[in-house]
Amino acid sequence: MHALHVSDLTVSYDKKPVLEDVSFSIPNGSITGIIGPNGAGKSTLIKSILRLIPSITGEVKVYGEPYAQQKKLIGYVPQRSEVDWDFPTNALDVVLMGRYRHIGIFKRAKKAEITWARECLQKVGMLGYAERQISQLSGGQQQRVFLARALAQDAMVYFMDEPFSGVDAATERAIIQLMKNWKQEGKTVIVVHHDLQTVEDYFDHVLLLNKQLVDFGETPKVFTLENLEKTYGGKIAFLQKTPSTEKEHHAHGHLAFESE
Amino acid sequence: MTYTLWIVITGCLVGLTCGVTGSLLVLRKMSMIADAISHTVLLGIVGAFFVTQSLNGVPMLIGAAIVGLLTAFFVETLHRSGVQSDAAIGVVFTSLFALGVVLIAFIGDQVHLDVQHALMGEIAFVPWNTLQIGGVSLGPVAVWMLGGVLFVNLLLIAIFYKEIKLSTFDPQYALLIGVPVVFIHYLLMIMVSLSTVASFDSVGAILVVAMLIVPGSTAYLLTDKFFTMLWMSGAIGILSALIGYGSAVYFNVSIAGSMASSTGILFILAFLFSPRHGLVFKRLRTT
Ligand SMILES: Nc1ncnc2c1ncn2[C@@H]1O[C@H](COP(=O)(O)OP(=O)(O)O)[C@@H](O)[C@H]1O
Ligand SMILES: [Mg+2]
Repeated sequence: MHALHVSDLTVSYDKKPVLEDVSFSIPNGSITGIIGPNGAGKSTLIKSILRLIPSITGEVKVYGEPYAQQKKLIGYVPQRSEVDWDFPTNALDVVLMGRYRHIGIFKRAKKAEITWARECLQKVGMLGYAERQISQLSGGQQQRVFLARALAQDAMVYFMDEPFSGVDAATERAIIQLMKNWKQEGKTVIVVHHDLQTVEDYFDHVLLLNKQLVDFGETPKVFTLENLEKTYGGKIAFLQKTPSTEKEHHAHGHLAFESE
Repeated sequence: MTYTLWIVITGCLVGLTCGVTGSLLVLRKMSMIADAISHTVLLGIVGAFFVTQSLNGVPMLIGAAIVGLLTAFFVETLHRSGVQSDAAIGVVFTSLFALGVVLIAFIGDQVHLDVQHALMGEIAFVPWNTLQIGGVSLGPVAVWMLGGVLFVNLLLIAIFYKEIKLSTFDPQYALLIGVPVVFIHYLLMIMVSLSTVASFDSVGAILVVAMLIVPGSTAYLLTDKFFTMLWMSGAIGILSALIGYGSAVYFNVSIAGSMASSTGILFILAFLFSPRHGLVFKRLRTT
């Protein structure tokens, strides 16, 4: 059973095409990395799947049913820079936002919801910061609050946009742990990612994107030098050994790509 | 009740209604739209007059709500089709306001409605325009209108509290979990339009912008809590009205003008001395 099925997705901003005919099917219980250079359309891909921006063509199915009917199963961790962290609210409040659908319109959060939100904060090691104003949190802590909100939502398919960018090592580990837990629970995780060195460690599936889909599939098959060159247009610099082209384990630690 | 008391009550209601409603605009970074709506509602008022041939409260509120929605809609449409949002606001509000000004000329001397009055308001006249039912005077029309609008706005904020909060903080996530983000946006536009019209007689189109934006901006410097920010904006609005009235009497100047000036003074005080965001304490902490 596929957790997510996308066919012929085309998106443009002001008539300038950003995504062209993207199709893929992500198996249930997998962790997929969406990889591509800056401006490749990674965020756009996620947002158009989630119907946050309009698409010209394209069909999205979640567990075989149209997206619109399955919205409740979707969790989302936006790029941290997308919200105003000076907004007057605290960490617990942000996590509770993940429960708004469960709480329902008109109603206020009940004790049970608040207890649940606190548990989610605890799971990401942030319980001690529940009442802290969000602007007083570090980048990593803010990211954890977002994670806790996604946890609170209790979804089946999670989308995360660059969760590792600008976070400390402990937060990075916490995110990995969370992704693995989700996978064990049979949930599906889709992550926009830009650090090539960690791709093979973190993801069992890889989606290479640069305006068009370059390749999608299991990491060892897809994360190859040839594919990466296609994706990054030859801007890859290999300092030592290449990824899956070499069979040797841990050979991937010296791969970098030059951004313009 | 005395003349003075009615003026003070009116001023406080303007401060409270505009303060609470405007604080939401401040958080949504939409202060400019307040400026736009405060001008375009003139068209709503004139339109209501053409339909009903009177300057009655309820049609005026309806007219303003419609024109406020239109303003927001036109701005949104222009922006979507590629016009910068500040330019879109500029184009829409000047056009609709100009239309209002032209139409006023057709009303002529039939009623007391002129551009000067619409721009500046005159709170000192408010007590004379009373609501009469069966020959009994029930107090100034402005007080009834402001009270009604305050009630409606507070009710809407109470009902959609969570949804307003989330769609302000993180509109995309709000959309994702099914919050009617667009509906909330236009609801807020209606609330701003209603507040503006109800405050028109007292403070006029220009100073109402101060009453909408400055208390919210001040409260923003003073608190880190959403709910506190809402009520504090209202409280600052009331405080501005009181200080403004007091100093207007003392210096013998325009009441509306000194109410708006008071909001400015309170803002500067908060800007300098707010415990967390104030300039002075920031300096002290860094040196
Ligand atoms: N709101 C927008 N309006 C116009 N162009 C946009 C907008 N958002 C992104 N773009 C453009 O679309 C392309 C893809 O952007 P994005 O999806 O954010 O890329 P990525 O996340 O892979 O870095 C870029 O060229 C970017 O400049
Ligand atoms: Mg991006």
